[in-house]
Amino acid sequence: MGAGRDQSFSLRGKGITKIYKTGSVTIEALRGVDFELGPGELVVLLGPSGSGKSTLLNILGGLDTPTDGQLIFEDHLLTDAKESELTLFRRQHVGFVFQFYNLIPSLTARENVALVTEIATQPMTPEEALTIVGLDSRMDHFPAQLSGGEQQRVAIARAIAKRPELLLCDEPTGALDSRTGILVLEAIERVNRELGTATAIITHNSGVAAMADRVVSIGDGRITDVVVNESRMPARELSW
Amino acid sequence: MRALNRRLSRELWRLRGQVLAVALVIGSGVAVLVMALSTFEALSETSEAYYERYQFADVFAGAKRVPISVARRIAAISGVQLVQTRIARYATLDVQGFAEPVIGRLTSIPETGQPVLNQLALRSGRWIQPGRHDETIISEPFAEAHALEAGDTFTAIVNGRKRRLTVVGTALSPEFIYALGPGALLPDDKRFGIVWMGREALEAAYDLDNSFNDLAVTLLRDVAPEPVISEIDTLLEPYGGVSAIPRADQLSNWFVRNELSQQQSMSTILPTIFLGVAAFLCYTVLSRLITTERSEIGLLKAFGYSDLVVGWYYAKLVIAISLIGAAIGWILGGYFGRLNTQMYADTFRFPLLIYRPSAEAFLIAGSVSLIATLSGALVAVRRVVKLPPAEAMRPPAPPTYRHGVLARPGLRDWLDQPTRIALRQIGRWPLRAAVTTIGIAASVGLLIMALQWEDAIDYIADKYFFESQHQTLSIGLTEPQSLAAVREMKHLPGVMAAEPWRAVPADLSAGTRRHRGGVIGLARSNRLQPIYDDATDTRIAVPEGGIVLSRYLAEKLGVGVSDYVRVHVLEGRRPEGELRVVAVFETTIAMPAYMDLDALNRWLGERPVAQYVNVLVDASQQAALFSRLKQTPRVSAIMVREGALEAFHDTVGHNILIFIGIFTGFAMALAFGVTYNSARIALSERGRELATLRVLGFTRGEISYVLLGEVAVLIFLALPLGCLIGYWLALVVARTFDSELFRMPLSISPSSYGFGVIVALTATVLSALLVRRRIARLDLIRVLKTRE
Repeated sequence: MGAGRDQSFSLRGKGITKIYKTGSVTIEALRGVDFELGPGELVVLLGPSGSGKSTLLNILGGLDTPTDGQLIFEDHLLTDAKESELTLFRRQHVGFVFQFYNLIPSLTARENVALVTEIATQPMTPEEALTIVGLDSRMDHFPAQLSGGEQQRVAIARAIAKRPELLLCDEPTGALDSRTGILVLEAIERVNRELGTATAIITHNSGVAAMADRVVSIGDGRITDVVVNESRMPARELSW
Repeated sequence: MRALNRRLSRELWRLRGQVLAVALVIGSGVAVLVMALSTFEALSETSEAYYERYQFADVFAGAKRVPISVARRIAAISGVQLVQTRIARYATLDVQGFAEPVIGRLTSIPETGQPVLNQLALRSGRWIQPGRHDETIISEPFAEAHALEAGDTFTAIVNGRKRRLTVVGTALSPEFIYALGPGALLPDDKRFGIVWMGREALEAAYDLDNSFNDLAVTLLRDVAPEPVISEIDTLLEPYGGVSAIPRADQLSNWFVRNELSQQQSMSTILPTIFLGVAAFLCYTVLSRLITTERSEIGLLKAFGYSDLVVGWYYAKLVIAISLIGAAIGWILGGYFGRLNTQMYADTFRFPLLIYRPSAEAFLIAGSVSLIATLSGALVAVRRVVKLPPAEAMRPPAPPTYRHGVLARPGLRDWLDQPTRIALRQIGRWPLRAAVTTIGIAASVGLLIMALQWEDAIDYIADKYFFESQHQTLSIGLTEPQSLAAVREMKHLPGVMAAEPWRAVPADLSAGTRRHRGGVIGLARSNRLQPIYDDATDTRIAVPEGGIVLSRYLAEKLGVGVSDYVRVHVLEGRRPEGELRVVAVFETTIAMPAYMDLDALNRWLGERPVAQYVNVLVDASQQAALFSRLKQTPRVSAIMVREGALEAFHDTVGHNILIFIGIFTGFAMALAFGVTYNSARIALSERGRELATLRVLGFTRGEISYVLLGEVAVLIFLALPLGCLIGYWLALVVARTFDSELFRMPLSISPSSYGFGVIVALTATVLSALLVRRRIARLDLIRVLKTRE
């Protein structure tokens, strides 16, 4: 391990390629993507469905391994990591937020967050995490008793409670109406700003792009465009 | 419909693990049922055929010496069909190559051919010839035990005279399917044998010309034996008659009947447990399947498939599982039924063995399993069929969880979240949790019940053969002898102590309750054969006056300590009187009543006499004593304690091991089936949850804990419950054994509980490991992309 020593990037992917083979069909989901995510940066990955953005995010988060290319986190080469090392990587450094929240239905909001704090090394308390996302008053509710937006905010609290270096969000507003979606994006923005967590948000909704430092467009397994925003628009001013 | 059928077979294949797990449980139930039913059929058909073909009598009686003319009066009793008079005596035999004396039951047969009743099934050799007084036919198991064949000889002390007898044939008799020697608990073919001799030879040997001392009678169809018995008793009383008994109480037949009723209770209790659990398993499998296929069901109904068609589709799935189970059960049950019957045939000796399990046994077992599983499935199917298509196509409402005690501040900090998930899951689906718990508990219980047999055997061996018997052997005398003669026994080689005792037949009664049995007279100085109370593990002193009753007898008579029982001795001058119950004690064998030997003798108006002597022998001189006893004329029977114990272990031990082996298999199948099924359903319901946890950085080991933790909690609850069920089952089984001859003690050793728990745990761990392997194959990405 230990290629790049360049501390200006916390996560760096080089020539990432992913090929799926199902029977006789071969799908090239990613075709040599270079991608970097620096400390405190908020990046939006924009692209239509099937463009490969989710595959990229899964690889960045250690949920999947590339067919070819390199992925370096700090000074670790993740591309060659074993399954147990990837698990440790996710456990210590990555927070995930998904389109469908993926909360544990049998645990309350507080307990869902505690799930992660119990296995993390320097976590905040579940109460702190839920306060950051504005849910301090609904901590003892079960997921079924919360609205979709609230559930997604619990998921964000769960993702950040371990104080991860990376926060990876896959269509976090995909299942929500725009008003609720903006509340969720505000929570993500706040985490990024206050905790300095490097954040990547996947979306097919270009209305979200304005809140990012950088907007990376993906199409057909390649990066088609990179736009650096001069200033980030506050999430509450977004609309779609 | 064809499309649906194809789907059905694919579905069965996809669910093959669970299908097999449920089928195994059904199969176990069916197997026990088929085994019990087919053994029952085989045993009852075989014994019925045997009894009929060989003219087994309906009433039996014994006396001292009855003139042959009395037989005609007995034949004249209304309802009597045929009368057979015989001479039957016990005698000491000396078989070459066997150190111990053997007890032979000498029974007369006509020299000219088969007796009218209780005919012999000649197995080898020929019938005895008239005029050849030394010729004998011996029982086949006895011949086999000593490798005696036609032409071999052995000696017998017949009425005090040593006689050399020749074997001319071997035979079996319906009277001795279960051949017990005097005082024996189990057949011991080495130490007890039946010797059939010519009537003339025995008449001459015992001075019973034109007389008999044993009687067998058949009754006309539909005649109750009781009135006939009381008339026979009246007729035989002047001749030392000892109460006649009906066929039902004939010792060998009693044991056969007893086994039959045990098979019957086995065919009800055990299959009920297995099939009950199977019904619940079908319910859980189907409920889960229907939940996952909810929207497809809605779609089918939207296409216009009727409720009936949809319901029938799922019913077919259950029928298929049931049939697979039944097929497993039929094959296993047929095999075990044969094994079981064969096992009986080794203990019970039949000249013919009818093992023709009827289609009925298999059909009953199959239908019972089908009904049980379908009724379990019906509940699940009904729920889905009732849903309107539009509602069915929507996902079901999320389950509601409750905080419960887990949210209390103390517990909140103490429990980690994965444990909390497991506990909430149990709280959410209490019925399912209960079924898993009960299923595993039942398997533990079954094992304990099976293992308890061994404990019971040890218990009886300990209490009966060690605590309440200290003699090396008991010697039966041909006639009551004076106590002075008994004291002489002390001078025989190796005898360290000799204690007299006596047993007389008697009617005991209290109020309207009556028991025909006997009273044993023990010397007050008696040490070798103490009255031992199993319940308190203490010895009860022989009282100077009054009577000591075994518990079962006291209960039958409805008396307790200080109550009076009426005792009517059926021997000698037949005294009758009231005796006070001095103590009641617990024993597993027979229903003895004890009193002081001197008091008994005085009551009988006889000088001090005894008919039995317990002796304690110096082991180094045992052989010398045996060879002396073989020559001693007044000895009619010798019961060697070690020998009886050996026979007890040989016969029972072997059968118990097979029995335990079979039950261990069934119980493991049950524990395995239940755990596998419950873990698979948990995995199917919570695959998404587990994948989420993996994404959050939980290791495979940690999510295995989340999945299997739930099962582990249930097992934790199931084990003590299983011990309780085991105790209860053992109690039920012990109760079905309760009889005047024998009570199964309820004694479960800690190791039986331990073994039961370990076997069930092994089965559950195996099934849990199988499920755990699937955790490795969880597709993390796919579940995150789909809505639940």
